[in-house]
Amino acid sequence: MNSLVLASLLTEPVGVSHYLVVGAVLFVCGVVCMATKRNALGILMGIELVLNGANLNFIAFGSPYLREASQTLGLDGQLMSLFVIVLAAAEAAVALAIALNFYNSFSTIDVDRADQLKG
Amino acid sequence: MDVVLPKLLLVAWLMPLASFAVISIAYSVPQFLGVKVRYATQKYAAYLAIGAIVGGFVLSCIGLFGYWLPAHSLHAASHAEGESEGAGEHALATPQPIGKNSVRLVAFDAEERLEDHSAASGIQHAEGSRAEHNNGPPPSMTGDWYVLGIFGSLRLTIGYYIDTLTVVMFAMVTLIASCVHIYAFGYMHDELHDYTDHEVKLADGHHLHRPGRFHRFFQYLSLFSFSMLGICISGNLAMTFVFWELVGICSYFLIGFYIERHSASTAANKAFIVNRVGDFGMLIGLMAIWTTMGTFNFGDMPGENGATQAGIFSQLHQAENNYKIAPTDGMIAFEGRNRIAEAVRNAGTTEPAAMQAAAATEVARLRADEPAKWGHWVLFIAGVGIFCGCVGKSAQFPLHVWLPDAMEGPTPVSALVHSATMVAAGVFLVGRVYPLFSAEALLVIAVVGCITLFIAATIAVTQMDIKRVLAYSTVSQLGFMMLALGLGGWLAGLFHLITHAFFKSLMFLCSGSVIHAVHSNDMRQMGGLRKKMPVTAYTMLVGCLAIAGVGVPFLAGFSGFHSKDAIVEQAMSHWHHNARSGVSWLLFVVPVFSAALTAFYMFRLWYMTFAGEPRDHHRYDHAHESPRVMTGPLVLLSVFAVCAGWGLPAFMPGPLANFSIPNLLEQARPVGTLISKPGVYLSGLLIADEHIAHEPEMFRAIKMPAGIAAISAALLGIWLATEVYLWRRLSAEKLGNALRPLYQLSWHKWWFDELYDLVFVRPTHAVSGFIAAMLDRGLIDGIIHTLAWLFRGFAVMVSVLGDRLVIDNSVDGFAEKTWNFGLSLRSLQTGRLRQYVMFLVVATVVLFLVAGFWKLALAG
Repeated sequence: MNSLVLASLLTEPVGVSHYLVVGAVLFVCGVVCMATKRNALGILMGIELVLNGANLNFIAFGSPYLREASQTLGLDGQLMSLFVIVLAAAEAAVALAIALNFYNSFSTIDVDRADQLKG
Repeated sequence: MDVVLPKLLLVAWLMPLASFAVISIAYSVPQFLGVKVRYATQKYAAYLAIGAIVGGFVLSCIGLFGYWLPAHSLHAASHAEGESEGAGEHALATPQPIGKNSVRLVAFDAEERLEDHSAASGIQHAEGSRAEHNNGPPPSMTGDWYVLGIFGSLRLTIGYYIDTLTVVMFAMVTLIASCVHIYAFGYMHDELHDYTDHEVKLADGHHLHRPGRFHRFFQYLSLFSFSMLGICISGNLAMTFVFWELVGICSYFLIGFYIERHSASTAANKAFIVNRVGDFGMLIGLMAIWTTMGTFNFGDMPGENGATQAGIFSQLHQAENNYKIAPTDGMIAFEGRNRIAEAVRNAGTTEPAAMQAAAATEVARLRADEPAKWGHWVLFIAGVGIFCGCVGKSAQFPLHVWLPDAMEGPTPVSALVHSATMVAAGVFLVGRVYPLFSAEALLVIAVVGCITLFIAATIAVTQMDIKRVLAYSTVSQLGFMMLALGLGGWLAGLFHLITHAFFKSLMFLCSGSVIHAVHSNDMRQMGGLRKKMPVTAYTMLVGCLAIAGVGVPFLAGFSGFHSKDAIVEQAMSHWHHNARSGVSWLLFVVPVFSAALTAFYMFRLWYMTFAGEPRDHHRYDHAHESPRVMTGPLVLLSVFAVCAGWGLPAFMPGPLANFSIPNLLEQARPVGTLISKPGVYLSGLLIADEHIAHEPEMFRAIKMPAGIAAISAALLGIWLATEVYLWRRLSAEKLGNALRPLYQLSWHKWWFDELYDLVFVRPTHAVSGFIAAMLDRGLIDGIIHTLAWLFRGFAVMVSVLGDRLVIDNSVDGFAEKTWNFGLSLRSLQTGRLRQYVMFLVVATVVLFLVAGFWKLALAG
């Protein structure tokens, strides 16, 4: 059945499902990046990918061109993605500041070395 | 008038109470709650109290001159003015029907008096002898304001009995209280800032430092005035007793005003406890009266169904008996109860009406017994019982010991206590319930008064504390009053009460002024103060002359001359009538001797304080005349001390005609006192009618020797004091050494305090100490300790079993489980970020699997 779904994606015109597939790929890339990288900057990049994957979903659900007007989130979707972008910017600023301080203290940005808060 | 006057006096009476209440709520309650009362505002408390008492004085004067005297005009006293005039004075009172508003007026106005005059004269001429004619009840108004409670036939009310005595006492008490209030405003100014009491040493060696209590002094003064006015206006004995106790508690507060001083607090306790002893006797008297008369009312009151409920006075003095005193049926029935029970049994009937008739017949038969004795014993007990209360309050032997100690209070209080309020209450009550006393009871009063006046006068001679001399002088003068009352001199006794109130309050305020100036009570540190404080010195001299009784014989003199003369005359009259008894001369000689002592110690006080050279130059240099607010009352009181005995002539307009204190009192003469009272048990005893002493034919036998004895005693005393303390031709030390035993007796106050300490205080301490050790500590404490031990064991058991085993274990166990769970969760938090992400991913996948399984397998 899964193979059937993938096959129909390739044949059908571009719709919400295609965006969702791209978003899912982005999301999984981000998660894998977060799970494998020891470099704090790499992890940050993974986070950005995860957030953008989510953003893509919101935009897709909000678009009036992909679905009937009554079935979309409308502007709410775009607004939500805007929130996420702002959040990502703020988070990046804070995370970079932490990374910088961490580097100043330990001369490295290997997150495995940051284990002093463990219980 | 019968509506307005009671209301007027009610307002005058309640104003000090209102002042007390306002000061309590506005000052004392906040202070008690810890709020600091500012000294600047405490002055307003004094203004309020002064305003209340001065207002009371104004209202009393309006009542006296505006309402009472226009309705009951005064007549010149019959002294030495002949038969017919005397008869007019003793006109029979005609009881009038009961009026509206529960006010009964046993009154006779001017026209009626004239009619009575002629009628009475007619009777007299017909009978040919004045002695057969007795006086009826004085004009009076009675009524109730408020019923406190009704218990069976006992009705407790707040009522009034207003006669001339009440109105005069109101004017006198409020006048003196006003003077004392105003004076205290200056005297108590120390209390207007934080006060350091130099007579109290604390454990750390410092003197006591406390906030001033200016407002509280005036609060108590107001309550004191209110209580005394309550006694004066009281319409029944129960109400009198209530205010009697109120006066006692007020004196307790004021004597103990410097409560931190040990001497002051013990003096307050002493005053209170000694008064309780007297009040116990008074309670017995009250019980006797209630049991045998069934009422506490002085005057007649409207009863049920328009009938009149006879008061105490009219039950004892009935018109058909020529107002002579006779025991009531209740008294005879009480004493003859066995005879009456026998008579009822012999009547052989069970019908209530017939039994009552038999009892009444037996009572009448007992009453007719010759010689009459039934009922007199209860009458005697009732009289002596009430007098016991007066012994305590008026500091008579043997309960006089509290009064000198009461000097621990501030001097204005001493002035008030010693003149117008506390001690006056006792004499006033004897005067008020005078118709209650049988001849034997009166003799008891006279003897007690005589002993008191002699003991106190001898003690006063050697005392060095200026206030103590005055205190013993008060005790002695109260003895004079009681003596006069007991010898039948009702007018003399109460006249002396009023004149004494003026000059004794004057002298106390003067002594306060001196103490204020030299900061010492000891006369050995005074002397020569005449030059420094002339107003005080000369007003004091007026007081001394008044109390010594200086005057021109048979003409006029200082106020004390008139009243003391009347007392000595009555004593002479008693001797004259009881010459056979062999000891009755003592009741004349002792007072005259004491009058000489009075003059001696008063002038000794004056010379030691004001004359001669200063003994203590340091104190002398700092002495100064007191401020006007203190000397003003002195001058006012000294005017009264001079002329309180004088009278206005008959041609004065309106209420002022014949105005004089004796004439006012003559109008209030109690029922049945114008006929000599013979003794029942002491057959030779005769309490002489007071007017006999003024009869022209008795001039040589009574008035002349008495007058000469009184004035020569006074002059002798003054001369001796001058000889010893001014001219110093006789040395006080040599006199004291020559009369060593007498001097010791006097200096140690006849060892009364030591005697009471030995006889009453120590045995009481010993017995109570024994009881405390045996009963309290041994038995009761033992039981309580055992119980405590048992309960303690029980509690320990409960604590071990219930608390520790069950509750502690469950609570501790729960806490331990939570703790361990938290510890196990710890290992999850590794600190590795990538591991956390893996957790997230795995958890998400698991969630999806669970959700999918849920949908496929279960929801299907």
